[in-house]
Amino acid sequence: MTGRLAKIASSLVAVFWIAGCSNYYEIPIETPIKPKLDVSAFQRVLIAGFIAGGTDDVDGNVETTRLIRSQLRTKSDLRVIDADVLPLMEAANEDKPAPAEAAPATARDPAIKDDKDLEPYEHLFADVNYWKKIGEEYQNPLIVTGTVMFTPSSRSGFVQREQEVFTATGQRRVVPVRTYQERKGYRLKPKFIFIDGRTGTTLHSETFTEEVLYNANQATPALSSYFELMDRLLPSFLSTLSSQKIKGTRVLLQ
Amino acid sequence: MRLHFLLVAVLLGATAAPMAADARSDAKKQVEFGVNVAQRGLWREAIYRWERAVQIDPTYAAAQNNLAIAYEHEGDLEKARVAYEKALELEPNNAFIKQNYELFKEINDRTTRKDSQ
Repeated sequence: MTGRLAKIASSLVAVFWIAGCSNYYEIPIETPIKPKLDVSAFQRVLIAGFIAGGTDDVDGNVETTRLIRSQLRTKSDLRVIDADVLPLMEAANEDKPAPAEAAPATARDPAIKDDKDLEPYEHLFADVNYWKKIGEEYQNPLIVTGTVMFTPSSRSGFVQREQEVFTATGQRRVVPVRTYQERKGYRLKPKFIFIDGRTGTTLHSETFTEEVLYNANQATPALSSYFELMDRLLPSFLSTLSSQKIKGTRVLLQ
Repeated sequence: MRLHFLLVAVLLGATAAPMAADARSDAKKQVEFGVNVAQRGLWREAIYRWERAVQIDPTYAAAQNNLAIAYEHEGDLEKARVAYEKALELEPNNAFIKQNYELFKEINDRTTRKDSQ
């Protein structure tokens, strides 16, 4: 008797719980995000170029400059200056004592293979005189520069995937299966530095890290991985300079 | 003396329950109205209603949840965070509130990244 009562009570609780949850309404919302940086003092933006390293398959300097320029043209109020990419490696090397027979540096020095290799060039971004001179040349714009590391990465381990199985009665079921997999892909680590072209000082800097891994036997071109990873971090980059609206849905309750 | 205290406690208990029920009922009316206007895009009015609901009944998780959504829609992310956390504190197992909060956090984390200077 007590068991039966308990069953009735628990079903009643379940009914009331479902009834209680039935008053919900899905609603679309747009969350406005204020820009992290106040760029109201600038009318123009110069994407000066990047010191890039990592894989030789993608020119991180050229590709990042091109992509950011095209994004800012459509998604920002700032006028994008069309100019050649600055020879940043040369400028960085000019400042430090180098052997006379040193090989001429390009914006994509093959010697830059990891984050540590970038360190000798970092001082350029703090060189106020250099950036002030560039600012004067381009009529005091906001300057965007920084570093881009695009490196191959690989990782092995257990991954969970869903597998379709059929029971003895022919019923279809999907069960999680853990399998050992070797995965290869790329890691993208750009550091964006925003410089005031009037004073040459750094206003803001931001580092992002994104990684994509594929099945080891899947041949994905490096350039397509680069764009896949840039696509992930572009909204965050753009939200530094311009206000964004992020669309989504939420559930209102009663 | 002990009997006297017991009587007072019983009386207080007997009157507190209907009072709480009245508060919830009043708050519910505000919440309903807020949902109605929010669905028509009148978010400012919705905020006013849900703030009233929270004042009337601070233990009403649905009102806190809705208020959080409205703040999020207005771009006031700090107020939204506080309201979501309050809603979750009141109903920690509510799947809808948890889902709303997770979605909110994704956006909020993006704006408060630690690796920027």
